[in-house]
Amino acid sequence: MENVYDLLILGGGPAGLSAAMYGARGRLKTAIIEKGRAGGQAATTSELENYPGFGRGTTGPGLTEAMLNHALDFGAELIKDTIVSLDLKSNPKKVVGRKGEYYGKAVIYALGAVPRMINVPGEGKLRGKGVSYCATCDADLFEELDVVVVGSGDAAVEEAEYLTKFAETVTVIVIHDEGKVDANKVSAERAFKNPKIKWIWNSTVKSINGDELVESVTLKNIKTGEETVYPTNGVFIFIGTQPMSDLVKDQLELNPQGYIITDEKMATNIEGVFAAGDVRAKYLRQVVTAAADGAIAAVAAEKYVQETDLWENEVLKAEKPVLVAYYNPTDMEGTEKVGIVDQFVRENSDKLSLVKVDATRNELVERRYGIDKSKLPLVHLFVNGEIKAETYDLSLESLKAITNL
Amino acid sequence: MSAKLLEVDKDNFEQEVLNAEGVVMVDWWGPKCEKCLELMPYVEELAEKYQGKMKFCSCNTQGNRRLAISQKVLGLPAMLFYKNGEKVDELSGQDITPEDIEEKIKKYVE
Repeated sequence: MENVYDLLILGGGPAGLSAAMYGARGRLKTAIIEKGRAGGQAATTSELENYPGFGRGTTGPGLTEAMLNHALDFGAELIKDTIVSLDLKSNPKKVVGRKGEYYGKAVIYALGAVPRMINVPGEGKLRGKGVSYCATCDADLFEELDVVVVGSGDAAVEEAEYLTKFAETVTVIVIHDEGKVDANKVSAERAFKNPKIKWIWNSTVKSINGDELVESVTLKNIKTGEETVYPTNGVFIFIGTQPMSDLVKDQLELNPQGYIITDEKMATNIEGVFAAGDVRAKYLRQVVTAAADGAIAAVAAEKYVQETDLWENEVLKAEKPVLVAYYNPTDMEGTEKVGIVDQFVRENSDKLSLVKVDATRNELVERRYGIDKSKLPLVHLFVNGEIKAETYDLSLESLKAITNL
Repeated sequence: MSAKLLEVDKDNFEQEVLNAEGVVMVDWWGPKCEKCLELMPYVEELAEKYQGKMKFCSCNTQGNRRLAISQKVLGLPAMLFYKNGEKVDELSGQDITPEDIEEKIKKYVE
């Protein structure tokens, strides 16, 4: 089979790049699938000054390029392809792209999020005609022109600041009462002091108007209900993001907003499938948390790959029947009894083999076989990959009984 | 830019696009537009594939801002199609795919 990787990472934003660096450094055969340029949303952020250790003067494209080079340097492979579909339950997991098919023993899904639309008349039609979701991309076209910014979160306030370098005036439309924005205090205070930024409070955009280019927005004051037409050449919309989880909505568990639900190890509801970065249900969506997600997911994936490889080779595909003894290393009395199993298998080494598993550390057995850690030790008899018998009584008699020896 | 696309600017736009016979596609881009840079190799591939069937140009909006606005381009990336100097079609926005562009090209080369 071609294109089989230990770790297949979908998406080349900070989460994916960090995961790739950890995976490749951990000697996993690692590939990132990215449709375009690596860097994700961070690459469209001009000024990025809150990644620890990289302060003022850091740019999104610059930082993410360094992340990509770091991952490639440790041996990760970058595949340029657009993902069309996934089969996450197959073994290995299958990812279908426009150009080819790829397989991963473990998959990290890190496709991120995209800007959310406000869904008002004119927004779709005037996209690229004054309506924009990316200040870095379009700001310089608005030199000498007037623009409005919709939203008051970090992105809205920070990008409004950036837009003042180009546009004649920048007016921020905020739904809250005067003086209240959702952005962090540092950015908000800086923006409040910027003389080129004007603020319109208690207001939402009802429509975006214009024939060939944006000419105005219709604003509605949510307190008085009053509507006004506000002339502008551009509308920059920053009202949050929506997750890129459509591809997996029938396979992975999502929250009501469509973000992928994971545990603290970034594991999803399907074994060997992890999610990292903005696409995941989480509290804070920043480059530093995306990178952290990626690192955790990669380490968890590495453990998963090791455990499944071992389990497959020594238990599921073993030629002889296998006794698997699950134990808890902190329970001395129980662990000593594993010695009886050891002795029994040694005496019958032509017919049996033995695998000892620390059930307190092995997540695979816990997940697949629901081992109750409070009732250890336990012995399973595996024949041709299936459990044929079990016993909690680790005595020669009961071992003889379950193996018919 | 590559040799596969003819670079146009405010000085030669009229001659190369508006006064040109047949179909011309202009790829409006900017050095800060990541999506534009992402699409560029695909556009070059398409220009090569459909070479001789239509004309392919690119315009760096940095330095040609007024020209862009005169062509109603206020967002990148944007692919505009002209036929005998008249704008006949366009694609714009961050979600343009190479497939979308090829589909439009096919519409005009036949």
